[in-house]
Amino acid sequence: MAAHRVSPSLNRLLFAVKYASFQSGCCAVHCNAQYSTIHSPSEKTFDKILIANRGEIACRVMKTCHKMGIQTVAVHSDVDSSAVHVKMADEAVCVGPAPTSKSYLNMDAIMDAIRATGAQAVHPGYGFLSENKEFAKRLAAEGVAFIGPDTHAIMAMGDKIESKLIAKAANVNTIPGYDGVVKTAEEAVKIAQDIGYPVMIKASAGGGGKGMRIAWNAEETREGFRFSSQEAASSFGDDRLLIEKFIDNPRHIEIQVLADKHGNALWLNERECSIQRRNQKVVEEAPSTFLDPVTRRAMGEQAVQLAKAVQYSSAGTVEFLVDSKKNFYFLEMNTRLQVEHPITECITGLDLVEQMIRVAKGYQLQHKQDDIPINGWAIESRVYAEDPYKSFGLPSIGRLSKYQEPLNLSNVRVDSGIQEGSDISIYYDPMISKLVTYGATRAEALARMEDALDNYVIRGVTHNIPLLREIITHPRFISGDISTNFLPEVYPDGFKGHQLDVDTRRELLASAAALYITAQLRSQKVLGDLRVSSSPVECSRWELCVQLEDGSHSVEVTKSGNVYTVEVDGGKVEVSGQWNLASPLLPLTINGTHRTLQCLSRDASGRILLQYLGTSFKVRVLSKLAAEFNSYMPEKVPEDTSSILRSPMPGTVVAVSVKPGDPVAEGQEICVIEAMKMQNSLTAVKQAKVKSVHCKPGETVGEGDLLVELE
Amino acid sequence: GKSDPSRSRPSTLVHIPSLLLAVRAHPHLLLAHITVFHFLARCHPRTRKAMMAALSVARSSCRLINGLRTSFRSLGQVKHGAVAVAVPPTNLQQDCRWYSVSHLSVKERIDRKRTAALVGGGQKRIDAQHKKGKLTARERVELLLDPESFVESDMFVEHRCSDFGMEQDGNKFPGDSVVTGRGRINGRLVYVFSQDFTVFGGSLSGAHAQKICKIMDQAMTVGAPVIGLNDSGGARIQEGVESLAGYADIFLRNVMASGVVPQISLIMGPCAGGAVYSPALTDFTFMVKDTSYLFITGPDVVKSVTNEDVTQEELGGAKTHTTVSGVAHHAFENDVEALLNMREFFNFLPLSNQDPAPIRECHDCSDRLVHSLDTIVPFETTKAYDMLDIIQTIVDESDFFEIMPSYAKNIVVGFARMNGRTVGIVGNQPKVASGCLDINSSVKGARFVRFCDAFNIPIITFVDVPGFLPGTAQEYGGIIRHGAKLLYAFAEATVPKITIITRKAYGGAYDVMSSKHLRGDVNYAWPTAEVAVMGAKGAVQIIFRGKESQAEAEAEYVEKFANPFPAAVRGFVDDIIEPSTTRKRICRDLEVLASKKQINPWKKHANIPL
Repeated sequence: MAAHRVSPSLNRLLFAVKYASFQSGCCAVHCNAQYSTIHSPSEKTFDKILIANRGEIACRVMKTCHKMGIQTVAVHSDVDSSAVHVKMADEAVCVGPAPTSKSYLNMDAIMDAIRATGAQAVHPGYGFLSENKEFAKRLAAEGVAFIGPDTHAIMAMGDKIESKLIAKAANVNTIPGYDGVVKTAEEAVKIAQDIGYPVMIKASAGGGGKGMRIAWNAEETREGFRFSSQEAASSFGDDRLLIEKFIDNPRHIEIQVLADKHGNALWLNERECSIQRRNQKVVEEAPSTFLDPVTRRAMGEQAVQLAKAVQYSSAGTVEFLVDSKKNFYFLEMNTRLQVEHPITECITGLDLVEQMIRVAKGYQLQHKQDDIPINGWAIESRVYAEDPYKSFGLPSIGRLSKYQEPLNLSNVRVDSGIQEGSDISIYYDPMISKLVTYGATRAEALARMEDALDNYVIRGVTHNIPLLREIITHPRFISGDISTNFLPEVYPDGFKGHQLDVDTRRELLASAAALYITAQLRSQKVLGDLRVSSSPVECSRWELCVQLEDGSHSVEVTKSGNVYTVEVDGGKVEVSGQWNLASPLLPLTINGTHRTLQCLSRDASGRILLQYLGTSFKVRVLSKLAAEFNSYMPEKVPEDTSSILRSPMPGTVVAVSVKPGDPVAEGQEICVIEAMKMQNSLTAVKQAKVKSVHCKPGETVGEGDLLVELE
Repeated sequence: GKSDPSRSRPSTLVHIPSLLLAVRAHPHLLLAHITVFHFLARCHPRTRKAMMAALSVARSSCRLINGLRTSFRSLGQVKHGAVAVAVPPTNLQQDCRWYSVSHLSVKERIDRKRTAALVGGGQKRIDAQHKKGKLTARERVELLLDPESFVESDMFVEHRCSDFGMEQDGNKFPGDSVVTGRGRINGRLVYVFSQDFTVFGGSLSGAHAQKICKIMDQAMTVGAPVIGLNDSGGARIQEGVESLAGYADIFLRNVMASGVVPQISLIMGPCAGGAVYSPALTDFTFMVKDTSYLFITGPDVVKSVTNEDVTQEELGGAKTHTTVSGVAHHAFENDVEALLNMREFFNFLPLSNQDPAPIRECHDCSDRLVHSLDTIVPFETTKAYDMLDIIQTIVDESDFFEIMPSYAKNIVVGFARMNGRTVGIVGNQPKVASGCLDINSSVKGARFVRFCDAFNIPIITFVDVPGFLPGTAQEYGGIIRHGAKLLYAFAEATVPKITIITRKAYGGAYDVMSSKHLRGDVNYAWPTAEVAVMGAKGAVQIIFRGKESQAEAEAEYVEKFANPFPAAVRGFVDDIIEPSTTRKRICRDLEVLASKKQINPWKKHANIPL
């Protein structure tokens, strides 16, 4: 279809413009903050690189390729045919249908694409085939460069059991545990008892938190064993598991390493990745507030020792657990470009993809260890299409009906592979983007992150910006007092959004009231010559009733010019702004402080959904009269949800554990839904008998679909 | 039917002999399907017994009495209502309305009448109305109109019935059972009537009808819309044919006003029997969920005639009429929501057929590009997408007031604005039944298009239609006749017509959907458009019948026809545009088309295939 095929040259042009503005944005404050090394055009690498990935990382790699004058080839599944990475590439090849096993993991098709396009090298990104030794081997066999480490390093580090042995041998601190594969659940229980609870059960081939479970007792060990082996089998095609001591309350800090094929290796400082949910990272920063130069050096040096021990080349990451006494233990080594690599780029000025390409071509590293700086501070928020109110984030899907990145702000980098109109489907990772901000100090970077999150417009899918904004403004996070248990500790009853205090509640109510009045006044502005003259209501003072979840508030508004003075809850709030009713962003000045709110929706009956301090609040503004009349309106009883089990997310039914007539206890597993490669066990919220079952294993279900009814 | 005066509650008793008389005198009323709701508050058991006695008499006087029996049975279900028949004056001391006292000055009498008019049927009935989750007639008017803009007329009108004790002062309510007048919504003139359920259950007397007719006549002379807030038990049975005449007077005015001023009905309580035809004749009928009903005959009559068991809600509730019958155009949660939405809706409409579509101040850039549209049409021609996504991103501020959102969902119709100017949007909905045209969607679309044309509202049509729905159900149902309505409506429309073919425009449905051939002013195709007689598969089976390489032939057909060129080279589309520029193009075209003048040949009236 001609409409979708924008010419490659135009694409490149568009890209170049976007990229240039992005770079100049970086330079405005920190001249050296990003990519301090200038690529020398005389240093020849490859003519054409195929990127065996999708989404933001494919786009990220292409940006550097364009900079280096390298032609790019995208591969894509059929549903991705109009994806951003496809448009950005010079050439694109469809490698199969939507499921990853048939497209992005389809080695035969990708090898065909390489041959067809004549690509000289392949960048695998992260995930998919990035740590697949088979793929690396096949490339080597055809003389195509793999932009990553050599096969032996992938093999050595890809297996968690073997990597631990190698690390031990290289004098790297390791966690006590069982150095072998666990075969049965009972064996797992026995080993767990030997090591002592808590223990961590994880897939030998795993990564990214998939196939990973923590167990505090025998029963949890059995359950964890079952889930982990299933997940490991479905995610990695390898159900081998291992068990190790689980270090309670640890920090997750990782060291970026960069090595060439000539035995040189550098450590590029650390990334603090402790803020996680279900073992997946949410917010990362570089450097860490926790490390002192001595510990940093010790960790860096051990990381380099390990890299050298496996003759590592390219970029890699050595993950450590760090306990409260700054003891650190080797966790695993990721032999690929890491998701959170941009923060390292921000503080060191290196373009890691460029370095990987150079190394793959066989060039020596350009830098010495002493050349590696820590310039300022960088924070990364992973913006996901997921509902943070459900276990800190269950995937959501949908079409980005409106999408605007906060690139108008300086010191903001957004790595994304989607655009307005893109679909977030059940087939792939629900990440929308990586939002990176940086500054001379941590406080500066954090302040910018607040702004950036407030100015980020995402409509059409549920996203985790409420959670991200709460994390980065939480006193514990600001003070650096974090661990991998941060989220469950701070939100023991689950994330509930921003909690308003007296002042912020007033601000919210005042903003909503002012917005409502703006819309009301605009409704009276009928233009043109009128046969019957209009007589608008002349009014400059309004009595309103603003309802929030916590009840109703009487509000008095007066207006002069663009400034609204709102009396609410015994306080006075002054709100001014541009009041554009078409714009998703509402840049307001509230009592002298600048705040960006977002109007998510507004309807005729006064309901306004306002995003304020990251969280969306349901507000209803009514005139005093309407509010009085509204009190006569009957409350409509919502459906009793305790006896109805609905799918909390779109996905596939893996197992149904009950049949009609079965008695179930509170908390008993009813069925298991797999979404985005994660298995989620759905349990009964009360003791009851199963009335009917509306799903069967293998079926695809949407969010909110009825699964099981209880009596 | 007599009761002990000391024990009786004045406002709750029915004068049984008069009921009996009514039944004897007017059995034909029942035959005429005027379902009468006599709502009895706290019905005395003795009264009920007496009623049954009255019924047996009635039955003997008329064989066709089933209707009455059933409507009386329903009385017991409705608590807290009004009394429609006479009560002895001695029982009325408590809520005394005694106006003819000679020692009062005229001014005092005026004040008393005004005060009485404001409380309608009295505080008890107002409370009862509130208890049902309903507002009173005056509260509704107050909320609907701008503050202090209501100018009431006929506050002193009283009914003129003298039968069954109705002439007694206790049974006279200043203003009778309807509040009428004019006011403003967002500064714009409107005429309103609001039936008062607290007075005789909102039943329609001659005086009630006369009041409504008066404001309708004024609306016509001035050229301003009429909004009716319906909440009425039905005909005032005591008035007999006078009540029927009242209905007819209103019906006639509804018809005369049709196409002259917009008429909107908001059903906020019962509306049954002949009364339903007034809303049916108006341009839009909105309902309130759970508290409003529209039906020709109630559940009991239905049971007696067809032996169907059906509740009021199932038979004529908001859900039924917005999803199954297509009688109502929208339903709202409660009175407050309905009235606030009515204000919003009113803002889209011109005041009369002499006015252009209104233009409201707009904050949305007219040249805004909508990038998400460039990828919205899926590659697979069989894959669905949501036409609402297209509409919402193109129109001003994503503000789309959909009409009949739950009925015949394969077509989407509704109002929006482009650069501030009201437009009517019609779009096939690929998400439902592939967006095909069938009987219901054709009728839905046709009525909407005719409204827009009558009131100078430009029509923007988004086309993705695979054709008319085949099948015996459709053919037997008269798809030919009904499909012709949509064709007719588009063809006769002289307002600016802009058409965008987003994907399929197959067969006769292509012609129907505001094509160039039906005087479309501007017709665009997106690059994904396919204008052809049918899809590749079907076409190839006919053209290359028996030929071996069907796949090859199909590819050839796709190459030839599955693109916008065949239509573009013939000038049947004016341009092939990038989807992201659609908003910009439409806004620009509307600016130019604002001065469009087109007149159909003179005729008494056209003859649309009904």
